[in-house]
Amino acid sequence: MIGAVSTRTSGDLTVLGLDPNRYGPEIRSQVGVVPQENNLDMELKVRENLLVYGRYFGLPRARVARRADELLEFAQLADKASAKVDDLSGGMKRRLTIARALINDPRILLLDEPTTGLDPQARHILWDRLFRLKEQGTTLLLTTHYMDEAEQLCDRLVVVDKGRIMAEGSPADLIRRYSSREVLEVRFGSTQNAEVAGRIEGYGERVDVLPDRILVYSDSGENELERMTAAGLHPITSLVRRSSLEDVFLRLTGRNLIE
Amino acid sequence: MSTLSDNTSDGIRSDALAAAVAQAARTRRYGSWYVAEHRFRVMRSYAQTVLFTAIGSPLVYLYAMGVGLASLVDGNLGDNAVNGVSYLAFLAPALLASSAIAVASEEFTYPIMLGFKWNPTFFGMNASSIQPGQIINGIVISVAARMLLTCAIFYVFMLVFGAVPGPFGFVAVLVALLTGLAFGALVMAYTATLKDDTGQLAMVQRFVILPMTLFSGTFFPLDVLPPYLQWIGWISPLWHGTELARVFAYGMPEPIWLSLVHVLYLAALLAVGWIWARHLTAERLNK
Repeated sequence: MIGAVSTRTSGDLTVLGLDPNRYGPEIRSQVGVVPQENNLDMELKVRENLLVYGRYFGLPRARVARRADELLEFAQLADKASAKVDDLSGGMKRRLTIARALINDPRILLLDEPTTGLDPQARHILWDRLFRLKEQGTTLLLTTHYMDEAEQLCDRLVVVDKGRIMAEGSPADLIRRYSSREVLEVRFGSTQNAEVAGRIEGYGERVDVLPDRILVYSDSGENELERMTAAGLHPITSLVRRSSLEDVFLRLTGRNLIE
Repeated sequence: MSTLSDNTSDGIRSDALAAAVAQAARTRRYGSWYVAEHRFRVMRSYAQTVLFTAIGSPLVYLYAMGVGLASLVDGNLGDNAVNGVSYLAFLAPALLASSAIAVASEEFTYPIMLGFKWNPTFFGMNASSIQPGQIINGIVISVAARMLLTCAIFYVFMLVFGAVPGPFGFVAVLVALLTGLAFGALVMAYTATLKDDTGQLAMVQRFVILPMTLFSGTFFPLDVLPPYLQWIGWISPLWHGTELARVFAYGMPEPIWLSLVHVLYLAALLAVGWIWARHLTAERLNK
């Protein structure tokens, strides 16, 4: 809808002050879209994909060519300019899709799960590129299931569950509001967890009993662990870590499997 | 397009708006050509096929049918075998129109399926300033160009084979173009309705295009057929195109109203197919 391709069923919406139903081409001229599924043109070479796409915005050929070379550089694909799209790796295709979405110098870049399915190296390269864009002043609007990705890239974050907004704020702010500073993770073995759970009720700010481990949310994980040991409980493994967005997300949306 | 002033009352930040309107203006006007540009770029990757079929098919068909088969027909019926002209002259305009249909059956089927489904480039276009209707326009423009090239080359071979007695034969090239586009637009719209190709496109080849070619007065005049089969010709764009092409190629005798019917019928099919395809595309892309 923000990309002015889906018509809304009801309500009002303006993008850059324009009604998408009437000003689709105008809005889309200011927006870059990186869809979940790459729809790069497999019949064209890497650089051609950018050239053709730039023309869709009515940009002059010379300018598109210059911009295409800059973007290939930016996406670290300069040496692949005349390769076939099919021969690119998943991460490269993703970067090419992002480069393509930037060909019109958009004010807003929409990204739908930009790093889903990529290996860690490819993700980090992509994050680095996206972070640079942010530094250059491009607004990024992205959806993701990866909380580490959200933590890396987002200034402002909205947690949505089944179409409803559950919370919004900066990552640090959300962690402060919905989780503790630290989390203690202990394992007693899957048969023992439930039994132990009864004995540590009231530990920390909150206790979460999962089938495989118990989470204790607290300002100091070490203190909770000491208290546990003092009470004669000896977990098989224990881990104290900082609270993350994932904790916030699971707290807000529940741990039940959402298919 | 609605003008800008309609919307200023909505309280719009003027510079952002002005930039958006300025950048989209060219695409609003020339978007169809940008899509055609894309198609040309893709066609370049199979340019050899385009040229090979454009040159090869008139050679093969005009020689095999027009010279080989013609010697048999003319040998039996005399030099003025059909309509008072040689069999080659009778056949050539029909083959010309068929060559346009062949291009249509290629370019208006798989590339459409590709753009919607197999390599959804239409969705990519639709995320830019391009509008769905412009995608269809661009495809029609690019296919028309390939068709025109194919028919022009075909016509050159007709001249070489001495198959064009009339002075206005070149108009038959335009007639063939109209015929190919009229048929192709319908095929394009039909293809746009397909969510998946489970053999439908091959069926079109086998059960629409082939019978149409056989029963459209291509190899023999329609009135040779029994009356209960002649309706196939009347609804077939190929028959209308072939008859009209013959009028121009060798002055086939035909009442003027019938020639007009050919033009109107073909134009109507083109309009229906084109509008229908635009509608389906908008529906599919803007969901």
